[in-house]
Amino acid sequence: MTVKTMAEYMAEGTEPEVLFWVGCAGSFDQRAQRITKAFVQILNKVGIQFAILGQEEGCTGDPARRSGNEFLFQMMAYNNIQVLNGYGIKKIVTACPHCFNTLKNEYPALGGQYEVIHHATFLQDLINKGKIVMKGGGAFKGKKITYHDSCYLGRANNIYEAPREVLEAMDVELVEMKRCKTNGLCCGAGGAQMFKEEEPGTTRVNFERSKEAIDTGATIIAANCPFCTTMLMDGVKNAEKEDSVQVLDIAEMIAQSLED
Amino acid sequence: MLIVQQIAFIILLLAASFIFYKKISSIRRNIFLGKDQDFPGDSSRRWKNVLLLALGQKKMFKRMTPAILHFFVYAGFIIINVEMLEIVLDGVLGTHRLFAPFLGSFYNLLLGLFEFLALTVLVSCLIFLIRRNITKVKRLSTGDLAGGWPKTDANLILITEVVLMSLLLIMNACDYNLQQLNAGHYTQTGPYLVSQHIAPLFSGLSEGALVAVERSAWWLHIAGVLAFLNYLPYSKHLHIVLAFPNAYYAPLEPAGKMHNMEDIQNEVLYAMEPDKAPTDVPADAPMPKFGAKDVMDLSWKNLLDAYACTECGRCTASCPANITGKKLSPRKIMMDTRDRVEEVGANIDVNKSFVEDGKSLLHDYISVEELRACTSCNACVEACPVSINPLDIILELRRNLYMEESNVPQEWMQMSNNIENNMAPWKMSPSDRDAWAHS
Repeated sequence: MTVKTMAEYMAEGTEPEVLFWVGCAGSFDQRAQRITKAFVQILNKVGIQFAILGQEEGCTGDPARRSGNEFLFQMMAYNNIQVLNGYGIKKIVTACPHCFNTLKNEYPALGGQYEVIHHATFLQDLINKGKIVMKGGGAFKGKKITYHDSCYLGRANNIYEAPREVLEAMDVELVEMKRCKTNGLCCGAGGAQMFKEEEPGTTRVNFERSKEAIDTGATIIAANCPFCTTMLMDGVKNAEKEDSVQVLDIAEMIAQSLED
Repeated sequence: MLIVQQIAFIILLLAASFIFYKKISSIRRNIFLGKDQDFPGDSSRRWKNVLLLALGQKKMFKRMTPAILHFFVYAGFIIINVEMLEIVLDGVLGTHRLFAPFLGSFYNLLLGLFEFLALTVLVSCLIFLIRRNITKVKRLSTGDLAGGWPKTDANLILITEVVLMSLLLIMNACDYNLQQLNAGHYTQTGPYLVSQHIAPLFSGLSEGALVAVERSAWWLHIAGVLAFLNYLPYSKHLHIVLAFPNAYYAPLEPAGKMHNMEDIQNEVLYAMEPDKAPTDVPADAPMPKFGAKDVMDLSWKNLLDAYACTECGRCTASCPANITGKKLSPRKIMMDTRDRVEEVGANIDVNKSFVEDGKSLLHDYISVEELRACTSCNACVEACPVSINPLDIILELRRNLYMEESNVPQEWMQMSNNIENNMAPWKMSPSDRDAWAHS
């Protein structure tokens, strides 16, 4: 695995093609780190020159802003934009829909103008260009898979087809849940809910969503967001289905399908 | 005798129009109690939204059964209003079926179309009443609509439409009977598509009795229409008007974008780069207010949203918090906002300008528990057929809770501390941020 920071590129006097914004979950959460590594594996395999910010990256401020703490959001945004603009970053790819939404939609008003791409769209593009070659049709060929739309990629940014095309490229049998695409049900993590206990209710949002996914009969729930992945895994565990149902990010699925 | 009727009609028409105008003016004033807001994006996309979302009812067609029934009522409402023009002119001029001689046989065809639409409106409204009161469709009969005024309001609207359409058909049926009796004043237009089938019900009546029924139906119908017009501003039914401006002002930017708070952006900027801070700010400059505590702190689009809401509950039915039994209901957020802005408006009516009443939208109408349950998933925004955004109000109230009241759950406080100190929402060392790359 080859990972270079922006600082290293700078020292060499070269520029990467794209900045990979890892995000807090992708950096610190053990489950999400596997998604980060899978995506890096793909970038390495395809031969894309990318950089990370490393320790210069900070939370985009998404959960702070949505919990109501605009001061903290503005502070985080200020610092990140200073770093990004300092390096003259033009193009960013990220595996987190929350970082994607904030970088793409909320930083421009604060002086941070970048081309921001979510990894679902990035992977779709690589597949369309024939840069990703899968061994024997891919590790998931013919498998029954359902796809969970994250709110921040779907409704928030109207990206529904890119992740589905990535799945189709792996020749899977895609079974949709009743609540999908614009009608997709949240995993329960958005709006800073990830970081606090749910309010009193009859069940948890992730239990409700995981049950719907399990009921499709799929053996894999494909996701595109580190928070959805955590929430859905928790829901699958609660339903005692962790032996028969896996929750995987589309990047992990592609990484497992790559030719050696 | 005829002139008395004409004068009575004109007085009725003018009075109804005046009362309607007064009430609409006060709603307009209430909406503009909200703060100004920018509406970026070109107007051609906005007009497209008016055509697709309001006129074309695009989002209604996510649920086919109500979409088709609603389309009948909507199309009927608009097209039958053409007939209202003749009815009003007849009333003013003391004529009967003013247009018939000009249109010839086309008149009969046109009336047939109106009657067909009246029948579809009538049947659709009956089905809607059944869905609300007998089969009890969940989103129309539980939660915020379980009882009280919202339930009564919904039923009143449907019953009124059934009665108005029935009166129209009864009037035409008697008219046809009177034509066959060659009664004076009743223009020979021939039988109409639908009412000819109910005409036999009245065929035993004398000419005098028929005239009495026909005239009563005519008067009740037009008086009912004018009364209904004046009921609109007090009712959820106002959506038939406000759906249009609401579609026009619907945001064109990605739904995930939260609106920026420039005051705070600048405050952070001046803290980081003191040389950029303006030096001419008077020491007693008022502190900016953060987020929304009451309706006056919301934008006028938020308040327009509240008046445009017809309480259909598609938002609440798609809300993950509500589905899993939490207190939050996006529909209730909109109903509360309208109730509060009406209360503030009434306060202004009495006192000339708003006098502090010790109440606010936050806490007195919308509780902290409701606000805390939102996942900001945009399902409610996506679900709304008339482009209402409950999420915007929720997030503005949350901003007030956090920044003005410091009313924050312990876990969020911890999260903020972590973000501030560790650059991540968890208690992790910032120097481990790229540890994954080396393992």
